Amino acid sequence: MLIRRPADIAPSEITPRALFEDRRRFLQTLSGGAVAGAALWAGFPSTARAAPQKLAPLTPSPFNVKEDKTPYKAVTTYNNFYEFGTDKEDPAANAGVMATRPWTVKVEGLVGKPRSFDIDEILKLAPLEERIYRLRCVEAWSMVIPWVGFPLAALLKQVEPQGSAKYVEFISHYDPKIMLRRPVLDWPYREGLRLDEAMHPLTLLTVGLYGEVLPNQNGAPVRIVVPWKYGFKSAKSIVTIRLVEREPVSSWTQANAAEYGFYSNVNPNVDHPRWTQSKERRIGEFSKRPTLMFNGYADQVARLYQGMDLQKYY
Amino acid sequence: MMKDSPPRRPAMPPIGPIKVALFLVCLLPLAHLVQAGLTDALGANPIEAITHATGDWTLRFLLITLAVTPLRRLTGAHWLLRLRRMLGLFAFFYASLHFTTYIWLDQFFDLQGIAKDVLKRPFITVGFAAFVLLIPLAATSNSFAIRRLGGRKWQSLHRSVYAIAILGVTHYWWLVKKDISEPLLYGSILAGLLGIRAWWREVERRKQLAGEYMPKAKLGRKVIQIVPK
Ligand code: HEM
Repeated sequence: MLIRRPADIAPSEITPRALFEDRRRFLQTLSGGAVAGAALWAGFPSTARAAPQKLAPLTPSPFNVKEDKTPYKAVTTYNNFYEFGTDKEDPAANAGVMATRPWTVKVEGLVGKPRSFDIDEILKLAPLEERIYRLRCVEAWSMVIPWVGFPLAALLKQVEPQGSAKYVEFISHYDPKIMLRRPVLDWPYREGLRLDEAMHPLTLLTVGLYGEVLPNQNGAPVRIVVPWKYGFKSAKSIVTIRLVEREPVSSWTQANAAEYGFYSNVNPNVDHPRWTQSKERRIGEFSKRPTLMFNGYADQVARLYQGMDLQKYY
Repeated sequence: MMKDSPPRRPAMPPIGPIKVALFLVCLLPLAHLVQAGLTDALGANPIEAITHATGDWTLRFLLITLAVTPLRRLTGAHWLLRLRRMLGLFAFFYASLHFTTYIWLDQFFDLQGIAKDVLKRPFITVGFAAFVLLIPLAATSNSFAIRRLGGRKWQSLHRSVYAIAILGVTHYWWLVKKDISEPLLYGSILAGLLGIRAWWREVERRKQLAGEYMPKAKLGRKVIQIVPK
């Protein structure tokens, strides 16, 4: 199958939450919030073995949910990242070999100023925020994750989208030397959003979690997070962002259009043939909890879909 | 194929100790699961891990049970047949754990939710059918039931295990999102186990067709051997 590596995240690298929160407090005190925008990044090649690098300072976000955060260990060992294997434990075991430096993201298509961004430029493009979001997987489980990033809109504005651009396509890194060669999906992984969804302030260009650089298995070094859609819409390890006129076909839609629609908004009223979507298991909890419309972000995003039949545009 | 060669009969090993050892071996997957549970080693989603482990072992025991007849025929080790009942009952044992995990840990006795699942999610529908069909087999896996039903009736009832195994593989096939490599593997093994039976049956049928000239007694014995008691 895959190149197997031992699960090499030493327990010492997993930050207990109490410790992590202490550190955050310490950093906040230290920076006093004065150096807004000057994100510090100690840039070493990220491998699973190297201690994760801290990202600071972080601006708190009004979008944070108040629910308990899912422990770091669960967030970083229970992943869907099919390029590194289809079992939940595979990405943590196999993604360490991916080199996340140097890394450039090409932004192209219907834009006034197409260009490539180096990951270091991306980190300095806008103030880094901590965004504590719910994550709802189409497989009926969920987490609460403190992501680090800034609105994707900040990046898109830099390239000046043209009037004809209606959609944004995201293309993930694919390297057959270290990733799954079996065509489980049509590689490279592709996802897409409508331009107004991509420009929405909730849509996060994400570079970290729990105050640290993204672990590889979570989509390092840069991914998007779209909290009101099922998790697979949030493409990982992005190398190309393309603005287009027509609705792009995502890898999952291509694989099974009847089950994975373009919108894939979290919706407890539209069932999936494999999973009942009215409830979800929050990782770490025993009882299931009800799934919320748009994953609880209806106040912010419902207007994007006014007048649309969400049974049809699932 | 191995026409009329006299069946090799390896010496009969001590069946009692073998049964005890096999019984303990069959409990190892459960022991492993319990140990993982106690040491917090079931991962981020323990209920899913238990569902998967018990489902995997149900299917594996079904396939192992179905392998007994071909193995016996290929090796001539007829005593293997005396282990089949235990293997089949272990398939049912793990199926019961799997079903209980679903009813209790996954759905927490939400009968409405369970009914909806069974009716609306195709993979649950076929898994449920497989489990329901297993119940009469488990209930008649004893000498008393065989005597009461009579060999022939008992045998035709227990042939539903072929359908159960097919439903089991279908269940797995339909529940995976995209990567069908594992259900494909189990499906291929099942196809092999059923295929070899079909092949032997066909060979036998041809023999029978040509067999007007064969001594009746010999024919009769062979026919019964296709589906051993
Ligand atoms: C003979 C009967 C059955 C067999 C052979 C069987 C086998 C399996 C197998 C092999 C798996 C996948 C394990 C993995 O991914 O590693 C599985 C998963 C599962 N089975 Fe069964 N099963 C049976 C009956 C049932 C029944 C009666 C139910 C519930 C009514 C059920 C519910 C499930 C569920 C919920 C999953 C997990 C699905 C997921 O992860 O999305 N199964 N089963």
